[in-house]
Amino acid sequence: MGFALALIIWAITLATVVLFAGRFWWFPEAISEHGPSIDRQFMLTLTIIGIAFVLAQATLGFFIIRYRRRGEERASYWHESRRLEILWTTVTAVVFLSLAVLGQRVWAKLHLNAPPPGALQVEVTAQQFVWNIRYPGPDGKFGRTRTELINDVDNPVGLDFTDPAARDDIVTVNQMAIPVNRDIHVILRSKDVIHSFWVPPLRMKQDAVPGLAINIHFKAVKTGQFEIACAELCGLSHHRMRGFLSVLPEPEFEAWLRQRASQ
Amino acid sequence: MTQAVATHEAPKSFIRRYIFSTDHKVIGLQYLFLAMAAVTIGIVLSIYMRLRLAWPTERWPLLAKLFPQAMAGGTISPEFYLSLVTMHGTIMVFFVLTTAPLGGFGNYFLPIQVGAHDMAFPVLNMLSFWVTLAGFLVLLAAFFVSGGAPISGWTAYAPLSAVGEIAGPGLGMGQNLWIVSIALFCIASLLGALNFITTTLNLRTKGMSMTRLPLTVWAWFTTAVLALLAFPVLLAGGILLLLDRVAGTSFFVPAGLIVSDKILPHKGGSPLLWQHLFWFFGHPEVYIAILPGMGITSHVLSTFARKPIFGYRAMVAAIFAIGLLGFLVWGHHMFVSGMSPYSAIAFSLLTLSIGVPSAIKTFNWLATLYKAQIRFTVPMLFALGFVSIFVTGGLSGIILGQTSLDIPMHDTYFVVAHFHLIMGVAAIFGIFAGTYYWFPKMFGRMMNDALGKLHFWLTFIGIYAIFIPMHILGIAGHPRRYAETAGFDFLAPLQPIHVFITIAALVTAAAQVLFFFNFFWSIWKGRRAEINPWRATTLEWTIPSPPPHDNFGPQAPVVHHGPYEYSVPGAAEDYILQTAPPTAMKS
Amino acid sequence: MAKTIPSLADIETITIGSRPPGRPDDGGRGGGERPPSLPEGSYRLAMLFALASIGMLFLGFTSAYIVRQGLGEDWRPFSPPSILWVNTTLLLLSSATLHRARSLLRREAIRESLRWLSLTTLLGLLFLAGQYEVWRQLTAQGIYLSTNPHSSFFYLLTAAHGAHLLGGLLALGYLTWRGWRRRLLLMGTPDHLKRYGALVGTAALYWHFMDGLWVYLFILLFLWR
Repeated sequence: MGFALALIIWAITLATVVLFAGRFWWFPEAISEHGPSIDRQFMLTLTIIGIAFVLAQATLGFFIIRYRRRGEERASYWHESRRLEILWTTVTAVVFLSLAVLGQRVWAKLHLNAPPPGALQVEVTAQQFVWNIRYPGPDGKFGRTRTELINDVDNPVGLDFTDPAARDDIVTVNQMAIPVNRDIHVILRSKDVIHSFWVPPLRMKQDAVPGLAINIHFKAVKTGQFEIACAELCGLSHHRMRGFLSVLPEPEFEAWLRQRASQ
Repeated sequence: MTQAVATHEAPKSFIRRYIFSTDHKVIGLQYLFLAMAAVTIGIVLSIYMRLRLAWPTERWPLLAKLFPQAMAGGTISPEFYLSLVTMHGTIMVFFVLTTAPLGGFGNYFLPIQVGAHDMAFPVLNMLSFWVTLAGFLVLLAAFFVSGGAPISGWTAYAPLSAVGEIAGPGLGMGQNLWIVSIALFCIASLLGALNFITTTLNLRTKGMSMTRLPLTVWAWFTTAVLALLAFPVLLAGGILLLLDRVAGTSFFVPAGLIVSDKILPHKGGSPLLWQHLFWFFGHPEVYIAILPGMGITSHVLSTFARKPIFGYRAMVAAIFAIGLLGFLVWGHHMFVSGMSPYSAIAFSLLTLSIGVPSAIKTFNWLATLYKAQIRFTVPMLFALGFVSIFVTGGLSGIILGQTSLDIPMHDTYFVVAHFHLIMGVAAIFGIFAGTYYWFPKMFGRMMNDALGKLHFWLTFIGIYAIFIPMHILGIAGHPRRYAETAGFDFLAPLQPIHVFITIAALVTAAAQVLFFFNFFWSIWKGRRAEINPWRATTLEWTIPSPPPHDNFGPQAPVVHHGPYEYSVPGAAEDYILQTAPPTAMKS
Repeated sequence: MAKTIPSLADIETITIGSRPPGRPDDGGRGGGERPPSLPEGSYRLAMLFALASIGMLFLGFTSAYIVRQGLGEDWRPFSPPSILWVNTTLLLLSSATLHRARSLLRREAIRESLRWLSLTTLLGLLFLAGQYEVWRQLTAQGIYLSTNPHSSFFYLLTAAHGAHLLGGLLALGYLTWRGWRRRLLLMGTPDHLKRYGALVGTAALYWHFMDGLWVYLFILLFLWR
């Protein structure tokens, strides 16, 4: 019985290591400036906990075999070792807390700094199962919006056209384009319930909370077409709340914006 | 009433003895059977979920018979899937993981292990069970009301849960019933917790000092303190949520919401407030579920390793540290919620420091096995399985607890895998270990060994087959609570993993039939058990199996030894009962 | 003076008196041939923990209150209706009368003690009636539960406190009734008196807590900005 259990534990450990090390399915390639730092921190942590995982499971299996019952022999009456206890407490505390501190670096860069000046502002307003994207237009200013004016057919964010700044605002549904290599400042809002803006290759996820305007910023460094998923349960079509993110070279982005403005 | 303690005779009528009983053992069994009913429903619901995830468009005419209303077309619709998510989570967290280890084993064995005749307040104890049962029935009723069960998840985030039916099916009456059920559960838990605490502090028998308490008692005691302090906060949140829904207040619902093209009249509330209140309860709840499992594991490991538990004091300190820190880390559920990024850092540091006492426990369990004489009984297999799963599930917490790594991982299957292993499966392994271990004491018969071992192998392998691949889903970015992968290009390639997990889940669920069969068959047909079949040391093994109504009879036991005196050099046997005369410890 | 009944503190020492010398933590309070511990000893302990739990409930409400107040341009507090001051006074008085009842009980002046206990119950009843009157006045002014967040919290907190106080009132009412009915029995045997004293003491603990809680809520709702 002891052999079987140890073998199973080791087999499971091996399978797990293969599954993680083989990367048959893995992160999509990171396209944001901060993405690789998150991936590096992830790999560092994964390596450390991977080692801890293998050591713990291997030891467990080894003890199960080595110390299985043998005849009527007594077990050792050993149940205390101040030295050992201090040792492993210190080691785990140091390792865990260092990881915790290291884990704050990217976080601090993303969330403790204000969006850099000159960043392109994009407002993302989530609503049940749709992402509404708004650009400030040539004047660089978002116009006034009013809840009463919201109309899903032609005014999804409720632009108040009596405000001149609102007239040139560009609103798209589920289509978000951003220029590559430029800081993007996204202002996240929600019209109804909590949603979460999640673009896996950007390594960016942030809840959109009704009643709040949440600011995030990032910079995409690779072009391409990506999907925006909702990561916070928002109702029955949560799994279909799909938007598209195009990261474009600056000229193409400008062209895209002009084309949208003319619609 | 003063005499109640002295003459502790069993009531004669069937109703007083088995239904409205004030005997902690009967109440413990009532809780266990409730948990068994609940876990059966919970597993069935998870099977429906897994089938939907693996084969989203498939028709299941046979399965539809159970939910004719929700599965009218024979398929599992996305909204029904979300109802299943909500109900599975709520049933498992509250009515299984809280009910079985604390309400069940705690009620049955805490008074016996401290040497008491009953709980301090038997009537409160009885009430606690009946209120829990009422809460369970109210929750199940949600399936049968118009609109069906709520779709807002077991976390019921406002405003989705707060604005009513217009935000989605099941958010009308179903959500109200959910809140009422949780409120009842909170009240029941408080009554239970008071009993556990008072009994542990005041009813210990002569010689049963705090440092001679079995680790199970320490775990139940700490769990009770957590429940006592955490559940009222959930109750407060639940009351506020109900008022927002039915009385037009605006605690959680902000101004100017437009749901289904209607402007809502609420103004000024804070959705994050609900999350803070919920997780202030929700995180300690995780430890309410797992601490008793840790206690049972320590207890069983020591028994079958035939060694004293390593570092008894450190174990107690670790239980306390985990309990205390458990109250300070709720924010790690909210890193990307929009709360202050500065407080996120504080929560992150505190969260990773919980890893330290958890690691201490693991090291101590391993050290307990060092130079042991391990007997591979079924409870021991589950206790060893607990250690393995606790390590696996705990380590992924080191990733989730880091703010920056939580950005990609939050609300993905990585989280689902993590908490199922550490809080769900590990706790369930604790419950299984406890069941196989104490069954002879509770029913006077042994469970079948071969069936038990088969149950263990299938469950242990099955659990890993289900949950290890889930981590990979999360790393690939798969958000949780998605009814299918078809909507997204980046999710479609992950479908084979879903199919694999579903097959593993079906096998694992089927294996549980072995357990249920073994359990009920053994009650009637199992081999008769002796008083102390495991040659263990604690007080429950000094009285008949099953114990008489007043546990110890007129003569309360006197304790002379610690709880885990195994293989004491020079002693006559390889274990010393806690009640053995002081001279038994000769060395 | 007559022999005083043991206070709860004494009960503690009685029940743990069986510790062997030199082993400061050698055991629980029961054991041997005696029934494990006296139930009276558990009342107070359980009550203390129950109060911790109730405290957490109101702490939950308080944190919601503070957060919600911080958000609100729609936060429009009303000033306390004057009858609220009367209610507060009544409740404070009831704590004093209850204290008096207890000290008389300790001196075995049972009849006088029961009178003060009855008075306490009456004061509690008046407080609740007064709270109801406050609600009536407010609704007459058009201030309802959902009018604005401050009024929501006012109704919520007074209702939650009132419900808890009602529980205490039922306990006091029961003890008063039982006291009058078994007055002679109480005079006769120290055992009954001790048990009764423990029950009253536990109820008093709860009552004083509810009293203090009300003062806290009053300050939170009207004086704290």
